[in-house]
Amino acid sequence: MKLELRGITKRFGSLVANDNVNLVAQPGQIHCLLGENGAGKSTLMNVLYGLYQPDGGEILLDDQVVKFAGPGDAMAAGIGMVHQHFMLIPVFTVAENVILGHEPTKLAGVLDLEAARAKVREVSDRFGFDIDPDAIVGELPVGVQQRVEIIKALIGDAKVLVFDEPTAVLTPQETDELMAIMKQLRDAGTAIVFITHKLREVREVADKITVIRLGKVVGEASPQSTANELASMMVGRAVDLDVEKAAPKLGSASFKISGLSAWDHQGTKVLDDVNLEIREGEILVIAGVQGNGQTELTEAIIGMHGKTAGSIELDGRELIGKSVKQVLDLGVGFVPEDRTEDGLVADFTIAENLMLDRSDRKPFAKGLNIQLETLRKFAEEKLKEFDIRAQGITSLARQLSGGNQQKVVLARELSRELRLLVASQPTRGLDVGSIEFVHEQIVATRDKGIPVLIVATELDEATQLGDRIAVMYRGKVVGVVPADTPRSVLGQMMAGISNPEVAA
Amino acid sequence: MSETKKLDGRKIVSEIFNAPWLLTVLAVVASFIFGGILIAASNANVQASAGYFFARPGDLLAAIWNAVSGGYEAMFRGAIWNYRADNLLSQIKPITETLAFATPITLAGLGLAVAFRSGLFNIGAKGQIIFGAMLAGWVGINVDLPFWIHFPVAVLAGVAGGALFGALVGFLKATTGANEVILTIMFNYVAELTLTYVLKTPILQAPGAVNPVSAAVRDTAKFPAFSDQIRVHTGFLLMLGCVVFVWWLLNRSTLGFQFRALGHNPSAAKTAGINIGLTYVLVMAVSGALSGIAGATQVLGTEKFLTTGVAASFGFDAITVALLGRNKPWSVLAAGVLFGALRAGAVTMQANQNVPIDIVLVVQSMIVLFIAAPPLVRAMFFLPKQKGVAA
Repeated sequence: MKLELRGITKRFGSLVANDNVNLVAQPGQIHCLLGENGAGKSTLMNVLYGLYQPDGGEILLDDQVVKFAGPGDAMAAGIGMVHQHFMLIPVFTVAENVILGHEPTKLAGVLDLEAARAKVREVSDRFGFDIDPDAIVGELPVGVQQRVEIIKALIGDAKVLVFDEPTAVLTPQETDELMAIMKQLRDAGTAIVFITHKLREVREVADKITVIRLGKVVGEASPQSTANELASMMVGRAVDLDVEKAAPKLGSASFKISGLSAWDHQGTKVLDDVNLEIREGEILVIAGVQGNGQTELTEAIIGMHGKTAGSIELDGRELIGKSVKQVLDLGVGFVPEDRTEDGLVADFTIAENLMLDRSDRKPFAKGLNIQLETLRKFAEEKLKEFDIRAQGITSLARQLSGGNQQKVVLARELSRELRLLVASQPTRGLDVGSIEFVHEQIVATRDKGIPVLIVATELDEATQLGDRIAVMYRGKVVGVVPADTPRSVLGQMMAGISNPEVAA
Repeated sequence: MSETKKLDGRKIVSEIFNAPWLLTVLAVVASFIFGGILIAASNANVQASAGYFFARPGDLLAAIWNAVSGGYEAMFRGAIWNYRADNLLSQIKPITETLAFATPITLAGLGLAVAFRSGLFNIGAKGQIIFGAMLAGWVGINVDLPFWIHFPVAVLAGVAGGALFGALVGFLKATTGANEVILTIMFNYVAELTLTYVLKTPILQAPGAVNPVSAAVRDTAKFPAFSDQIRVHTGFLLMLGCVVFVWWLLNRSTLGFQFRALGHNPSAAKTAGINIGLTYVLVMAVSGALSGIAGATQVLGTEKFLTTGVAASFGFDAITVALLGRNKPWSVLAAGVLFGALRAGAVTMQANQNVPIDIVLVVQSMIVLFIAAPPLVRAMFFLPKQKGVAA
């Protein structure tokens, strides 16, 4: 089935999220919709899926104009969507999830689970998914859960499949497997729309690429384009994706983690005998699939993790057992993983956010009084220095784009006397321009002779930014390797294979 | 990226507090209109003339007009300016009554505003008022000291009573994770029953009394009066001082900054090194202290002895007042005076026009209802909807 979007326009108040967007997805083709966060990709797909009504334009299926009042209509017409955040019920089995919404019944309305199981098996076998219909969804790995989503769409007889940023939650291996599945589906005649901002994936699977920027289609690109070409189209200016950095000037190993273990509230071990060392002027990247202990590691360093054992030493001083405030006072800068939740107070102004961790001391406080004038000058200065795009220092943090929010966090953390910088996924969800800026700042910090610890889930970032890479899996450090280690080896390490040279 | 929309309580509350002031005014107006309808409906003349509406519709309209205008006119005379009185003191007496009621309501409202701004739903103003009043009262009745030391000590005892009772809630929340809403609601009962107990035992019961009342507060511990013919006293000035203090605390002090950071985003506050547990205790102590002062002004100024009714309905009025004032000190003051006026005016309204005093309660409740539902007010006054949020 051929899908065509013709002149789709969607406005939110004065904001035009989609401006006269045209897109054609042919059966047997993978059509990539490439654009930065906020470019309007998701809005466009929500229009297609009937979640939003367009202000202009029309949707055509096989050249017939259709109108969707809601996702039910879209599904009935043969459009399936694999969401970024899975729409699955974790405590249900695969079969139960798959039939949710159109449950087959036997006489007197009794649920016909046997029919559901058969359907799951049939689709699973057809594409070699190897899924047990009676498995509880919540207990399956993320990559398999995604396949359940795909089965769900296919059982609804989807002829057009939309993947909305499907790789955000996957390991490199799972990503590769997903790519293979997408190709298989394409060869079976499904029209696929693949939404992403990841260039490597686009270049690997796309048959056709449409680049969208600020709600407008800026053009089509060939799958043979280089990453820099695609990025430039996406951003609208020349972009160099490589991180510029000189060879590190290493000092002494001023930051040492030895024998660090940690337990969560249930008493499960979340960090298992972690040993790491970072030297002054060095960037160590912690790579690994999200949820393998990276968050707990940064929490343990900053003094926020409850039960820990072992030792974390900075400049010969023990950090374990110290409060967050004491750790920060020892010169630890911290860029949290979730900046809107842990890094910023959304309803505070930029200025207030800039003094969040120093509000009770000089130069911002005299006695119990906040020094508003000092704060104002400081904030104005940082606004310029970190190129924070906002109307002024009294703009609320929530009004800023992700990139500018992250600049506020960086400005605050880098303005203190640092002895260690810990940054967790510092570029997650940022636009290309901001990523460049954040990388520059991190490298500059390293070049001042400060040890830097970065948590990265994207391999590209890990290899480009890091001087060395430590890979974590299930709370353990699988190995520490040089930054030029091949992707395939890193990928295997991320799956827990500790000695990939032998395994490969 | 599709943001998942959650029904987030904190978000809803922040929406209510950040609604434009016009909506607040309209909510009050709407409540008075509704009150007017009730006044009309409960009026005997209106009911009688409604029976022959089709014969002489003018009668009904006139009766409605008389009932509503008469009711609100009486309220005005009872709450602001009695133009029918023949001397100045009697003429201004209503406004002094309003301010007498406004004093404890505003103080407790300020206390709740501090807690609300810090993300703590302190519903326990009543209990904190009672503990403030008990301690202030005990010092005021039983201690013998000269005025210049007795009075401040008695007031400070009230501050301490409220602060400790509040801080206990903060402490329990910080150490055990107990929910402050449940704690403060239950602590209201603890406070009420404790008060009844001390007033029925020699701890505070007046010697020889049968009823649960205390002896009179000594003159040396009383708030100095403006005049012995009006009830409002210098506690009113202390209340104004507290408005300024809370403004400074929330907008200019480092402590208030940490309070607000905690209120808006506890995770970020924690990550920035703010000691969350200690801050809970401090917030509740400050919040309780302000209610404690409210209790002190009642027992040491307005009532001059302690009864089981010392907190009246001030504890719950304070919630509405903080809500109506959007937790901003000066607006809380304005809301407190409005509520004081409603209280003062209701008495005259009932006495002169036979309007049930409960109408005022209804008006107060309607204000809460309208404030809590901005879209309803927008719809009633045909205001444009709030701008759609872009995805």
